Amino acid sequence: MRWGVLQFPGSCDERDALAACGRTGAEARLIWHEERDLDGIDAVVVPGGFSYGDYLRAGAIARFSPAMEAVGEFAAAGGPVLGICNGFQVLCEAGLLPGALLLNESMRFSCRQVDLIAGDGERLSIPAKHGEGRYYAPDEVLDGLEANGQVAYRYAPGQNPNGSARDIAGVRNEAGNVVGLMPHPEHAVDPLTGSTDGLRVFEAAAAAGAA
Amino acid sequence: MTVELAKHRELGLTDSEFELIVEKLGREPNDVELAMFSLLWSEHCAYKHSRKLLRRLPTEGERVVMGPGENAGAVDIGNGYAIAFKVESHNHPSAVEPFQGAATGVGGILRDVFAIGARPIAILDSLRFGELDSVRSRHLLDGAVRGIGHYGNSIGVPNVGGEIYFEAPYEHNCLVNAMCLGIAKQADMVRAAAAGIGNVVVLMGASTGRDGIGGASVLASAELGEGDEAKRPTVQIGDPFEESKVLECCLELLEKGLLVSLQDLGAAGLTSSAGEMASAGGVGIDLDVARVPLREADMEPFEIMVSESQERMLAVVEPDKVAAVLAVCEKWQTGSAEIGVVTDSGQIRILREGDLVGEMPVEALVDGCPLYDLEPAEPQGWMYRNRATLAGNASSEETLLALLASPSIASKRWAFEQYDSVVGSRTVRRPESADAAVLQIPEAGNAIAVSIDGNGRRVACDPYAGTIEAVLECAQNLACVGAEPLGLTNCLNFGNPEKPAPAWQLDQAVSGLADACEQLGVPVVGGNVSLYNEGPEGPIYPTPVVGMVGELPDPAHTCGSAFLREGEVVALLGPFEPSLAGSELAKLRGELEVGLPRSDVTAVTAACATVRDAVRAGKLSSAHDVSDGGLACALAESAIARGVGCRVDLQPLRERGCSPEEALFGEGPGGFLLSGDREALIALGATLIGETGGSTIEVAAGDRSFTVGVGTAESAWQSLSDQAEAGV
Repeated sequence: MRWGVLQFPGSCDERDALAACGRTGAEARLIWHEERDLDGIDAVVVPGGFSYGDYLRAGAIARFSPAMEAVGEFAAAGGPVLGICNGFQVLCEAGLLPGALLLNESMRFSCRQVDLIAGDGERLSIPAKHGEGRYYAPDEVLDGLEANGQVAYRYAPGQNPNGSARDIAGVRNEAGNVVGLMPHPEHAVDPLTGSTDGLRVFEAAAAAGAA
Repeated sequence: MTVELAKHRELGLTDSEFELIVEKLGREPNDVELAMFSLLWSEHCAYKHSRKLLRRLPTEGERVVMGPGENAGAVDIGNGYAIAFKVESHNHPSAVEPFQGAATGVGGILRDVFAIGARPIAILDSLRFGELDSVRSRHLLDGAVRGIGHYGNSIGVPNVGGEIYFEAPYEHNCLVNAMCLGIAKQADMVRAAAAGIGNVVVLMGASTGRDGIGGASVLASAELGEGDEAKRPTVQIGDPFEESKVLECCLELLEKGLLVSLQDLGAAGLTSSAGEMASAGGVGIDLDVARVPLREADMEPFEIMVSESQERMLAVVEPDKVAAVLAVCEKWQTGSAEIGVVTDSGQIRILREGDLVGEMPVEALVDGCPLYDLEPAEPQGWMYRNRATLAGNASSEETLLALLASPSIASKRWAFEQYDSVVGSRTVRRPESADAAVLQIPEAGNAIAVSIDGNGRRVACDPYAGTIEAVLECAQNLACVGAEPLGLTNCLNFGNPEKPAPAWQLDQAVSGLADACEQLGVPVVGGNVSLYNEGPEGPIYPTPVVGMVGELPDPAHTCGSAFLREGEVVALLGPFEPSLAGSELAKLRGELEVGLPRSDVTAVTAACATVRDAVRAGKLSSAHDVSDGGLACALAESAIARGVGCRVDLQPLRERGCSPEEALFGEGPGGFLLSGDREALIALGATLIGETGGSTIEVAAGDRSFTVGVGTAESAWQSLSDQAEAGV
C-alpha cells in the first residue's frame, strides 16, 4: 500500500497526513502540485490547509492544478481518494464530490474536538478546525446522498461546529472511492495528542478503493 | 536649515540627535539618509531608553545556543536540536487597525524564528484590552483575535496558549504580544551577520510597496493620541500565503546550505535589515533600489528603503550559489532579486541604477544613536483609577461568581477556539487543559512546555515584586506539567520612558526580571521593548510579559489542571501567603493601591522542583497554580474542567494567619493546588485540604464558607463569549 499526499503552496497539514498514512502501516510520499505522475500510488490524500492562499474561494484554484487533473483521472479509474478539510473543499470544487462548503454559521474559524458517527455507526473523536466548513447541498441532493448511503460521516448530535446541513461532516461519491470530510483524521492518530480514531478514517478510505 | 529642522522633528529625531548625525556624516543628510537615520535611531530600533537597563539581565547558561542580538534566542533540546523562541509586540499597529496589526505581529515573529533556520512549531499570544463594557475594547479584541487566527491558521502553525487581560488603562493603547517557537537542527542554524566581500545580497518574498512607511518611528516610538485614524496607512498588510511560501523556501535554502546569512525585514524594512546585517558582520553593503521589485513603479528611494511591506527576507549568498538560490525561490513561486553586494567599505551605500543617492557609515547608522539614562521618580500613591463593580458586602458565592465571570479570569475558550491548536501533530496539552502548553519533540525524544504570563495590575502595584511574580508564575506553570525551565524571552510594554513614573516602573521591573532570572537560574535569551504605550488618560499598566520554555523528558508523563475523578485528595503545596493586595477582588471592589508582599523566590523554586518531580513520576492526578482570583477560583477551574466537584476546608491557611477572605480570594506566588492519592500527597509534604467528588464546590472558610454548583460556576466562567460579542 502506497499513499500519495498532494502538496500545494499553502498546504498546512500535508506532513501530518503523510505521517498518519505511515502510522496505518503503509508507505507514503508527497506529490508536488505540478506533478502529474501518480504511478505506483495506490491511494491519494488531498490534505488540509489554504491551497494557493484560498483568497478567491476555498479550493477554487487548486482544482486546476496539474496534480488535481491527475487525481481526477485516478478517481475515475476507481482509485481511492481522501479529501480532508481544504482537500474536501478542493474535491467539491473539482466536481468529484457533491455539494459545497460555506462559511461557518458563527462566521468565525472554529477549532475543537468533535465526535463523528461513521456510516457503520462507529463513534470517532477527531479535531475539526476550519472557517469554511458548513456543508451545503440542495435538499434533493441531500435526500439522494442519504438514500444512496453517501453520507460518510456525521457530527454526533449537538456537536455540529459549523451549521452543516443534516450534521453532515463528510460525504463520498456514488462509486464510493472518493471521500471528503471537514474534520482532521490525521490529527487523531497518536494517543499523546488526543485520539487514534483517525486511523479508522484512513483505513476505511483505502478499503473503499480496493472494493 | 530651518526646513531640515522641521523635517527631522517630524520624523521623530531631536535637534541634538540631528546635530549628531550631521557631525558623524560631516555634512547634512539628504532625504534618503535622514529617513534611514530617523528609523534606526528610533526607540523601536535603537532601544535608546532601555539598552542600558537591559544589560542587567542574565543571558548565559549551559543550554543557550543563541542569545540576545540574534533574530531569536535558542536553547539546546538535545540530539543536535535547538528550540528557538522570541516574543514581540505589535501594540500600536493593533490599536490603530487590530486585524492587520495583530496578523502582521504574528507574521513578524514567525519570520524572526525561521530567519535563524528554525521551523515554527507554536505560537502563543499575550493580549491586553480595556474593559469589555467598552465598544472600543470589544472591537479591538475581536479584530486582534481574528487577525492572530487568520495568520497562524493560514500558515499552519498551531496557537497553543496565551493570556488576555482586560483593564481600563489599556483602553486606548491595547497590547498585542506574539510569541513563536521553532525547532532547528543546530548544524543548520544561521546568524544574521553579513560576511564575504563580493557576496550577493538577495531580497526574497513579497514585492515592496508603500505600506508601513514610518511604522517604527511614527507609530511605535510615540504616544498614541488624537488623529490615530490617519495613521492607518502606516500599518502593514499581511499575506500569510506569501509568508508560507517564503518560509518553506528559506528552510529549503538553509537545508541545502545555500545561504551565508539570513535576516527578516521587519520594522524599518530594508534599512534595518541591511544595516544590522552589515553591522553584525563588520562589513559594508551596496544596495541598488532600482533592482527592488516594486508594487508601485514611482516609489522614491527613501520609500523603498523604509517600506515595511511584509513577507520579505534578505539573504547573503556566495556568487556561485545565486543561480541555485533563485531556482528554489522559483519553485516556491516567491519573488527573488539580486539587489546588492557585500563590500569592505564599512558604508551602507544606496544606489539608483548605479547613481549614489545615499551613503552612511554603518557604525553611525546602526550603533551611533545616543543612549539615554532614564530620569525615574517613584509616583506618589496609586496613579490609576479605581472603579468598584462589586459591592463590598457581596456574599462569598456572589464574589466567586463575579470573579469567575470577570473577563480576565473567565475561560478564554471563545478566543482560542478561533485558533488551530493541533496542526503539526505536536500538541500534547491544548489550551486550558493544563497550566502550560506541552509539545512533543520526537526529534529529540522528549517534549517542551511553554507558558506566557504578565499581570500588569500587580506590576503596577509594585513593579519590582510584580515582575518577579510574572517570572515565578511561568516557572510554576511549567512545574505543573513537569517541565524544567531552559530559558525565557520577554516583552517589556511600558509607557513613555521620558516621563518619570513610567521610567521608574521600567527601571524597577527590569531589576525584578534580572533578580528573578538570576535566582531561578533561567537565562534571558531574547526579547523586545515597547515603550510610549499611553492614552489620553496616561500610561498603561507597566506590563512585562514573560515567555518561558522548559523541557520534560517524556510527553507521556505530564499533568493537567482538571480534577480527574471522585474520591481523590485535594492538597495545597508551596510557600503560598495569599493577600488581597493587587488581587482581582481588590480591583472589582475598586480598592487597588500600591504595594505587594515580596516573594520568597528560593522557596517557590523549591516547591516548583517538588511538583515537577511528582508530575514526572506520575504521582499526581492534577496540578494547578493558584493565580488570579485566588484559591477559590483555582478550585473552581479544576472542578469545572471535567465536572468533578470538591469539598475542602481552608483551616490550614487560616492557621497561617490568613483571614477567611484572604484564604479564599487572596493572591500571591508559590501556591500549587494538587489532587491525587493521599499517601503520595503526604509524601510530598503537601497540606491536605479536602477531597474531590460531587457536583458542588464546597469550601469551609469560617464565616465566609460557601457551596456553589459546578454547573453554576461553569456558566459564570464560560461567559466571555457573551461579553465579547455583546452588541454584535
